[in-house]
Amino acid sequence: MDLPEWLAFGMAGFTLAFIVINAMIMSTALYTWFERRALGRFQVRLGPNRWGPFGLLQPLADIIKLITKEDTIPDEADRPAFTVAPVVLLLPMLLVVAVVPFGEDSFLGRLNVGILFIVGVTSISTIAIFVGGWASGNKYAMLGAMRGVAMLISYEVPMALAIAGVLLLVGPALPADAEGFAGISSLALSKIVESQVLPFLLVSPLAFLVFVAAASAEMSRTPFDQIEAESELGSGYHTEYSGIKFAVFQLAEFMAPIVTSIIIVTLFLGGTRGFSPVPEQIWFILKVFVVIFLLLWVRATWPRLRIDQIMAFAWKGLFGLAILNLFVVATEIEFLRTSDGTLSTGSLWLMAAINWPVTLVSVVVLARLLGHGRMDRPEPSPSPLANMYAEAE
Amino acid sequence: MAITTEPVTINLGPQHPSTHGVFRLRVTFDGEEVVDVEPVFGYLHRGTEKLAESRSYVQIVTLTDRLDYTASMSNNLAYVRAVEKLAGIEVPERAMYLRVITAELQRIASHLMATGFLLNDLGAFATPLMYCFRERERILDMFEMLCGARITLSYMRPGGVFQDAPAEFWPALDTFLVETPGYLDDLENLITGNEIVLARTRGVGILGDELAIATSVTGPMLRASGVQWDLRKADPYEVYDRLEFDIPIGVAGDTFDRYLVRILEMRESLKIIEQCVDQIPRGPIKPDLPFNLRPPEGDAYAAVEGPKGELGFYLVSDRGIAPYRCKIRAPSFINLTPLKEMVVGWKVGDLIVIFGSVDVVLGEVDR
Amino acid sequence: MTRALDAGEVARRINEVRAGAVVVSNDTDVWVKLDALVEVANFLKDTPDLDFAFLTAVTAVDYIEYFELVYQLLSMRRNHSIVVKMRVFGREAPVVPSLVDLWPGADLQEREIWDLMGIKFDKHPNLKRILLWEGFPGHPLRKDYLG
Repeated sequence: MDLPEWLAFGMAGFTLAFIVINAMIMSTALYTWFERRALGRFQVRLGPNRWGPFGLLQPLADIIKLITKEDTIPDEADRPAFTVAPVVLLLPMLLVVAVVPFGEDSFLGRLNVGILFIVGVTSISTIAIFVGGWASGNKYAMLGAMRGVAMLISYEVPMALAIAGVLLLVGPALPADAEGFAGISSLALSKIVESQVLPFLLVSPLAFLVFVAAASAEMSRTPFDQIEAESELGSGYHTEYSGIKFAVFQLAEFMAPIVTSIIIVTLFLGGTRGFSPVPEQIWFILKVFVVIFLLLWVRATWPRLRIDQIMAFAWKGLFGLAILNLFVVATEIEFLRTSDGTLSTGSLWLMAAINWPVTLVSVVVLARLLGHGRMDRPEPSPSPLANMYAEAE
Repeated sequence: MAITTEPVTINLGPQHPSTHGVFRLRVTFDGEEVVDVEPVFGYLHRGTEKLAESRSYVQIVTLTDRLDYTASMSNNLAYVRAVEKLAGIEVPERAMYLRVITAELQRIASHLMATGFLLNDLGAFATPLMYCFRERERILDMFEMLCGARITLSYMRPGGVFQDAPAEFWPALDTFLVETPGYLDDLENLITGNEIVLARTRGVGILGDELAIATSVTGPMLRASGVQWDLRKADPYEVYDRLEFDIPIGVAGDTFDRYLVRILEMRESLKIIEQCVDQIPRGPIKPDLPFNLRPPEGDAYAAVEGPKGELGFYLVSDRGIAPYRCKIRAPSFINLTPLKEMVVGWKVGDLIVIFGSVDVVLGEVDR
Repeated sequence: MTRALDAGEVARRINEVRAGAVVVSNDTDVWVKLDALVEVANFLKDTPDLDFAFLTAVTAVDYIEYFELVYQLLSMRRNHSIVVKMRVFGREAPVVPSLVDLWPGADLQEREIWDLMGIKFDKHPNLKRILLWEGFPGHPLRKDYLG
């Protein structure tokens, strides 16, 4: 049977998209269960435990509830923009997953500019948040959206700089040849994974820290959850959303940690690399799980920063660290690289030995400069305006 | 070119996660900065003072439960002391000790809630709150042993308490006293040195000592401003003059001090309870009184140091079985007087935190 | 122990400053005249050995023939207290001077008295109803209020 090329392409594309979307939605649903159970443990309570074994069917119940609820649109809202915002927020999450390699040969789209694609596509969520907040015609939503734009744009800078530091470590691009091999640029995610003989977390811890901090701001979770800021803005940019639209927002929000963890694992933890006999995919999932758990831990423990403190942290703190990292790594590579531009495993270890002290010193110095210091509380002296032991004459 | 912006007015509340009930703040923002704030009261007004005029003196105890519903014991205590002062009733010693023990337990419970919700306002995702609630739960369990209720207790009566503590109360109290300091240490490890907490609370929402006194602020809020004033020392009631404890005060009067003073007060309360357990004598817990009291004509004002501040009752009697007038000096209500001075110039997030650090309960604000 | 000042002694001193300001006094309370309230309050607050810088509570009681305002004053520096009372006659539109300038802590309490008892406070910066809404009929804490 011969299919026309466009039809075959269309069917293949549809199938892949179907797989990605469903896999991501299912794993997000499972993740919501995990997050709520884990938060329950952090907070000395149980978490969802009623429906299904260990409450595993809870996400299903949530979905049914959210879908069957009335979908209200405020009169003040800009209807088309209001409707399209949740979808726009979900889109980049799914697109990112498409280019991530899940094994040596298992990926959906082998993009030669993979990491650039990710950086570009994740910026779309800024637009979605602003559109959602603005279209709601609600002051809380507007405040949340404005905060969101300011914060997300700021944190993209240190994030991109941290990624640049990683890209320096990736070996040179393989040029295209005459036999139709298109070549692999050092921006391809598979190439990044391949170069991590030593996980880049070890080689360049500073980039890792900057990236994790910036990424948790990008997905807007405590201590950076300014966009929602439940105790301040009610629910931030999605205050007016209900029903299925709210569900899509929630889906995108819960997908964010998964996607972020996937990117972190790919960039810093060697992605699919592991040792046999455990298959690569299992390694990948395990690493993602560990990163997700760490992000969750942070969320469960810390309070939220104020918006100006968050901006100061991005520009005074992370920006400087990212620049420092770029500078140090570039200098090291200049001295250590071999004639064909690659780095030997030995040089990677040497770089790790230099970068760890640099990281520790710079972080401590930064904390001294920006931080409050622990409890340097003077001894209180009672105000002269009251004397409760006074014996009235 | 300068961009001209207009201030935006937002109604925080009456339905808002951080107003601790149904409370409304009409806030004017310039961008993120607070320019003006006007509290709007009354969403939980139930006319307690008017209701009291048609209840007998014992029945009013149940009304006081519903004022500051996180600290019913202290409300009971303040009210029954006013009645005793008005009618000249002698309270048996054992009852006084029981009252002090329960009032201090209630203070711990109330401060735990205040701390937990303050951290929630700071954006900590409910974790410190749940830790606080776990400890509060133990106190409520003990209250349940005493009087069968957990929130609306009505444990105290004019002249004494409703009943003596049952046998299982004392071992439970002992375990509580042994274990709680450790839990407070855990809580402090989680909160007190946390960089984000310090960044968000130190120097934020400063209330100076002069302004605090001028605006009739009382309780932990006053003490956080450095004014060492606590009715338990300044005007000892019940058996507080036989107990040894310190009155912790703050340095700067900022949000952090208000938090820390509460933590320190909980430790002092534990000390007080320990001493009470050692000293409590055997004996009656309630004198024989007629069911309907008819105090002599006159008025009386009695106040106690409640968890929120000076909680006072001003009763006027006309020899009837119900008070002629029952005025409640509600600390939560009066502590909101300097709110505007504290929040103007700070940001949205700070407004919520400063309001949370005042620790109001709307049942008492609106009465 | 907070000492309740001897009201007779305080009444004598008030009368020295402004003759006839005190109507009557007993052990603990001083009744002052309506038109002398601000002066008496100033005297009580600013005299160094009285030093009543803290206004514990303000309230009003409806005795049908008259309203009685009760000011509970406290000196934190000296740990003593006094109760100042004042009678206001007339049920239609009783007006008393506001003490918010002296004790800002009276702000919300005076609004509450206006709301529930219907006593107007002259020169109060923001005398609006506080617990009930604007337009609520009557003042519920009055004895003749029939809900």
